[in-house]
Amino acid sequence: MVDTTTPLNDGAPGWIRRNRQTLAPALFLLPGVLFFAFYVIFPIVQSFNLSFYRWDGLGEPVYVGAENYIELMDDRAFEVSMWNNLKWLLMYLLAIPAGLAIALFLNQNVVGIRLYKSLFFFPFVISQVVVGLVFSWFYDPTFGLLNQILGFFGFGTVNVLGDPNLVTYGIIVAGLWPQTAYCMILYLTGLNAVDPEQVEAARLDGAKGMKMLWYVIIPQLRPATFIAFVVTIIGALRSFDLISIMTNGGPFGSSRVLSFYMFEKALSEYGFRMGYGAAIAVVLFLIMLSFIAYFLWSMYQEEKGGR
Amino acid sequence: MNLLKGTAAGLAMVVGLTASAQASELSGTLKIFSDMSNPAPRAVMEKLASDFDALHPDLSVELTVIDREAYKTQIRNFLTANAPDVANWYAANRMRPYVSAGLFEDVSDLWAEPAIADNLASTKGAMTLDGKQWGVPYTYYQWGVYYREDIYDELGLEEPKDWEAFKSNCQKILDSGRKCFTIGSKFLWTAGGWFDYLNMRTNGYDFHMALTNGDVEWTDDRVKQTFANWRELIDMGAFIDNHQSYSWQEALPFMVNGEAAAYLMGNFAVAPLREAGLSDEQLDFYQFPVINPDVELAEDAPTDTFHIPSGAQNKEAAREFLRYVVSADVQTEINAGPALGQLPVNASSSVDADEMLNQGFEMLSSNSPGGIAQFFDRDAPAEMASIAMEGFQEFMVFPDNLEDVLNRLEKARQRIY
Repeated sequence: MVDTTTPLNDGAPGWIRRNRQTLAPALFLLPGVLFFAFYVIFPIVQSFNLSFYRWDGLGEPVYVGAENYIELMDDRAFEVSMWNNLKWLLMYLLAIPAGLAIALFLNQNVVGIRLYKSLFFFPFVISQVVVGLVFSWFYDPTFGLLNQILGFFGFGTVNVLGDPNLVTYGIIVAGLWPQTAYCMILYLTGLNAVDPEQVEAARLDGAKGMKMLWYVIIPQLRPATFIAFVVTIIGALRSFDLISIMTNGGPFGSSRVLSFYMFEKALSEYGFRMGYGAAIAVVLFLIMLSFIAYFLWSMYQEEKGGR
Repeated sequence: MNLLKGTAAGLAMVVGLTASAQASELSGTLKIFSDMSNPAPRAVMEKLASDFDALHPDLSVELTVIDREAYKTQIRNFLTANAPDVANWYAANRMRPYVSAGLFEDVSDLWAEPAIADNLASTKGAMTLDGKQWGVPYTYYQWGVYYREDIYDELGLEEPKDWEAFKSNCQKILDSGRKCFTIGSKFLWTAGGWFDYLNMRTNGYDFHMALTNGDVEWTDDRVKQTFANWRELIDMGAFIDNHQSYSWQEALPFMVNGEAAAYLMGNFAVAPLREAGLSDEQLDFYQFPVINPDVELAEDAPTDTFHIPSGAQNKEAAREFLRYVVSADVQTEINAGPALGQLPVNASSSVDADEMLNQGFEMLSSNSPGGIAQFFDRDAPAEMASIAMEGFQEFMVFPDNLEDVLNRLEKARQRIY
């Protein structure tokens, strides 16, 4: 294989020599493409296929057509998970302005600024499991800090993680902590690339404060905003570890999201409904796909504009 | 009991003979996969394996201990792909997926042998599916109400024998500024324990089994009666607040600190309670009281088991190992206080001198005429169990949602069975 593409080999057949320019990249891409096909594309196809079967992972799969999807239609737990996913998507976006605010605040030259920056970045470095544990202690109804503070100001106790209406927001807040740090670091690097001459020029024209931020700084931060947007959306859809650690989907299933529900149905102790889990996975995949398609499209547009 | 013991003693000799006759013939390797990964059970399992190895010179025993939680998913892989000769699991409907997939060996022949048939009668039902037995038990433990004896003494309360006394005790405890029961329902199954007892006391063992087998509607009036009884306790404020946020371990401190007077739990709760500083004078046990005098008492006693996978290589040695595990002496030894600290399954074994174990043994052998259930999540199919236990938790927090919960469970029942 290698010999045939070596330019020095004059004995190679004419067809290979003529198509060298096309063959070389194709051969280099081949291992990657094969792995991608085998480990990504193939399982996706398999999941789609599996979602039309009833299978407990042990016996013979039984073809049931769209039955799993029909069941999903009036599965209340699924509906709750969908709504929660939506809450995650919307609320998680708060990490972007919050990250920007902190980045602007930290973008100055003071003694020890590096230390402050790393302290702000700290939550992103520690494991999600630790974040989850810290926040579940924070929310604890009997000895948690939150209720101690509320008690100090004379309010009653709030059991954030035990209240079906509050629980999802409670977990999202925990998730925002590391996510904000992530967005902050993206913006900090972005701010380094801001052109000082433009800032100078704007200042001469009398721009300052919010006007300066909105018309001069933020447009220059567009690449950072784009990446922050992508990682936040994907982070929101992947929210699994925090839920698993903090509530295990409870109370009575009110903090589940699609990925957690899929895990519960397909792989947990009481699960092993592979087909049903696959159907949930397909729905989640389609939601993610629409976002990914949008990102790819806008990236493509930008590249086109760049040329 | 005595009658059983007599027969057993008579047969002991016969068993001894067969055992030694087969002992010399066993050869090859015996692969055991075990989920007994906690320190004490692990030591027990390792000793079992090495003792059995020593008994059979030509046989080498290979033991693999897998983390207890991880085991629950791994068993599905190794039973199909790389089956050991002996594997741990749980009794009753938890065996169902493997039995219907043909992955467990039918061991009814072992149960036909007098040594097992006579001594293990109490757990036979739990090992039977489709009229055959699919493994042997090696330990079980009682459930019941563990309570703070000192608090009961202080308030002048007796162990309740009936529902009225149960509630009036609770009222007095509440009046003293404590909660009657601690519970942590974050992982749902603890609520299943309450349902088991309330339903078995209200409607009896047979009804409970019919319900977990999917033969009765969840919207049935008898089921509603169970929940009505449960609601009496909830409306009194008998349970600790915010129990949906705690695991069963996190609920222990309420009892240790005296903020709650009792805990409906399995015997495994005793060890952490004692470690937390409760002495034998402070901790005691009573059987869940009668609610409906027309039904016989029945108990929960989850049973852990050994099975032979149908893909096993050395089934002869595996069978001999199962005989060895359930034999009276081995049962006495592995269930003793320093070992597993639970109840032996063999009627001719002796129970550890522990106060709780003795009360539990007494209760299960002589005061549970209705039958012995496994536990809600082992008696009901896994999927029904998870949906139902979630409903129980919701009911405990919002009792007014009962109608909605029951309709949901009924819908699930119609689909699952």
